[in-house]
Amino acid sequence: MSGKYLWRLGLIVALFAGGIYLLMPTYKLLTMSESEKEKMGRQALFQLKKRALNLGLDIQGGMYIVLSVDKSKVKDPERLKDAADRVVEVIRNRVDQLGVFEPVIQKVGEDRVIVQLPGVVSKERARNIIGKTALLEFKLLADDKVFADFLKSVDDLLRKEKGAVADTSKAGPFTRLLIGYEGDVAVPEENWEKVDSILNLPEVKRLVPPGYEILWGRTVQTKDGKKVRKLFLVQKRTPLTGAHLVDASATLGQQQMAGQPVVHITFDRTGAVIFARITGENVGKRLAIVLDGVVQSAPRIQERIPTGNAQITGIPTLQEAQDLAAILRAGALPVPVKIEEERIVGPTLGADSIRRGMISLAIAFALVVLFMILYYRVAGVIAVIALFANLIFILDIMAMLNATLTMPGMAGLILTVGMAVDANVLIFERIREELRKGKSFRTALEVGYSNATRTILDANITTLLTAIVLMFLGVGPIRGFAIVLSIGILVNLFTSIVMTRWIFGYLIEDRKWQAVAI
Amino acid sequence: MRIKWLENPNIDFMGKRRIAYLISGTLIVIGLISLLLRLTPLGSAIGLRQAWSIDFTGGRLVQIHVEAPIEEVRNATLKMGIRAEIQNVGMANEFLIKYKEDVEPDSLVKGLERILGKKVRLDRAEHVGPKIGAELREKAIILTVVGLIVILFYIWLRFDILFGIAATLALFHDVIITWGIHSLFGFETDMTVIAALLTLIGYSINDSIVVADRVREYLGRFRLVDVSPKDLERIFNDAINSTLSRTVITSFTTFVVVFILLLFGGPVLFNFAFILTIGVVVGTYSSIFVVSSLVLDWRLRGMKKKK
Repeated sequence: MSGKYLWRLGLIVALFAGGIYLLMPTYKLLTMSESEKEKMGRQALFQLKKRALNLGLDIQGGMYIVLSVDKSKVKDPERLKDAADRVVEVIRNRVDQLGVFEPVIQKVGEDRVIVQLPGVVSKERARNIIGKTALLEFKLLADDKVFADFLKSVDDLLRKEKGAVADTSKAGPFTRLLIGYEGDVAVPEENWEKVDSILNLPEVKRLVPPGYEILWGRTVQTKDGKKVRKLFLVQKRTPLTGAHLVDASATLGQQQMAGQPVVHITFDRTGAVIFARITGENVGKRLAIVLDGVVQSAPRIQERIPTGNAQITGIPTLQEAQDLAAILRAGALPVPVKIEEERIVGPTLGADSIRRGMISLAIAFALVVLFMILYYRVAGVIAVIALFANLIFILDIMAMLNATLTMPGMAGLILTVGMAVDANVLIFERIREELRKGKSFRTALEVGYSNATRTILDANITTLLTAIVLMFLGVGPIRGFAIVLSIGILVNLFTSIVMTRWIFGYLIEDRKWQAVAI
Repeated sequence: MRIKWLENPNIDFMGKRRIAYLISGTLIVIGLISLLLRLTPLGSAIGLRQAWSIDFTGGRLVQIHVEAPIEEVRNATLKMGIRAEIQNVGMANEFLIKYKEDVEPDSLVKGLERILGKKVRLDRAEHVGPKIGAELREKAIILTVVGLIVILFYIWLRFDILFGIAATLALFHDVIITWGIHSLFGFETDMTVIAALLTLIGYSINDSIVVADRVREYLGRFRLVDVSPKDLERIFNDAINSTLSRTVITSFTTFVVVFILLLFGGPVLFNFAFILTIGVVVGTYSSIFVVSSLVLDWRLRGMKKKK
């Protein structure tokens, strides 16, 4: 058996075989149960996922976050450009430490960063990891007397002003809102807003001693279940920051801290020297450890610490301590970031979506196949082969391009099925038309293909143009759709025009068929 | 298999173009009114719910699974001080909660669990800041306009300006009617709706091109000067008739595909499938009646002027 179309037929078979082989890892991954994945081991699973088609967050569950760099803090546009890049770098470091599989962290435009975390659905945790600037600062506390004087002066001011901000009838309109907790000044939850608004009054701000600032402590739960936050008066000057940090680790504390999570930090040589000097010069004073503007703890300096080691305490859970250690190791963000947009898909919904998508695709596909074969008989079978090839090749190309299949992408895939059918319908109808005019099958085939091809090209190019517009201007979900559609159209031109023609050619030329049932 | 009436159809489509104009005109008016009421401040002024999704307005959306009736969920959110819009999606016990308050989904879930005394599963949470919302809206408009311009130019290049304009008008026709029906039902316009409308544009233009291509082929057999108004009308009819089987079969298969998506695709794909299911019908109709009718009328008028 030989013929000029035989090698083309061989090529088709080879493409099919190769295409299916490339999709095996994806198939395996999709059909594997959770327990099987566990058994497989992390490394092997990693390898499998790497070879499989990427599934979007909407399919496998996860988080999608858009951050914007806080421009107001950066004056120089050159630094702004740099800032977004460094934000990407720091967040990638942080995420890597957490072992998230295939995170996507990319800069978009001048000041946006997109973070995609497949499999991460705890929002609070993700926010702690990504949204925190993690600017660690060490600041000296003001003497107790200075703080007490300040609080008294606020009382006096409010009494004099007789403003509506506080009840002035009794003594201490401001201090009334405060309580003592563990020897520090604290504010119970119900007064947080009031105290904050008083502290933000311009007149009150003027009372703060020069070179000092008021900082809030973290929220703590008292023994009787109430929430309080401490207030601190600290020096504005920051002699030491987390920039000098080389390592951070989380453990459960020993001795008097037994059972409480502690983050140990280690400074580099310069940091150690500075830390030794601060602790040496201020024995007996208190040093506030400030994270993102919130005082974590303010231990009293017992003695000079020459080793460059410090501890952060007061963290509620070990997981939080571990996350904090991770982001401290990864370094602080160069500028604060704001979360502009976030989308979370739980794993259950994702699994449900993919199941529904698959079912729809299967039913639609089956109906189309049935119709094509019933209506066009042998030619219909040829079109169906092209349709399968189309689907397989699109998924292959996506896997090779490392593109991600999302739910809108799935819709694009289904639409492509429709377009692929259309191309063959155009050709077949044209062939039938020519046959009705009494032409031989061979001539009808020639005329049919050459006439229909022009129409198919025009039609596909316009759709491709809209797909390209979508790809360049579109955002998140739309881009996924546009990518699949564009690949689909290009593949379609090959499978439904070239490939079907080859099969016809093989039947007519090599196998000497007089006609193909159409 | 053969379908008899598709074999050698000889339907006088162009003779019915007045009726087509009437139908299209009515549908466009209905579509425009629906869009005005659902998607502009005009509607909210008379108390109608606006159908823009949080993609464009900013806000929060949380999808949860809890075994409780919708009223209880609504009361629970009210107790938490959240004025939410709550919908039941897909199966019972699946709820979409939309709100503007600055409450994290985690704390919403915790609060609901406390009040309802039942386990609440968080399935989806979206938060779009107002800045991004405005940007997305702007992008969607640019997207649609650029898409339409690109198509106009391509058809102008490949055919002629008359077909280009007619096809672009037909696209507006399709988009307004389909989008109008979608919002008439109170469904929300989100980013997938915009994507679906653009897909519809791509699909509908396909249909128009197939017919235009055939008209051009048949016109090529005449010299333009020799064509009488009657001939011209016949050429258009012949072109539509000879492509009719293709149009019907393709529309049918595409319809089957998107309709199945509508039935089984689930809430995530619902908007997309809905727009395309209606769009396929409207798009097929418009490429037969709207585009050809417009071009025919313009040409006939051009002939009269020359005389």
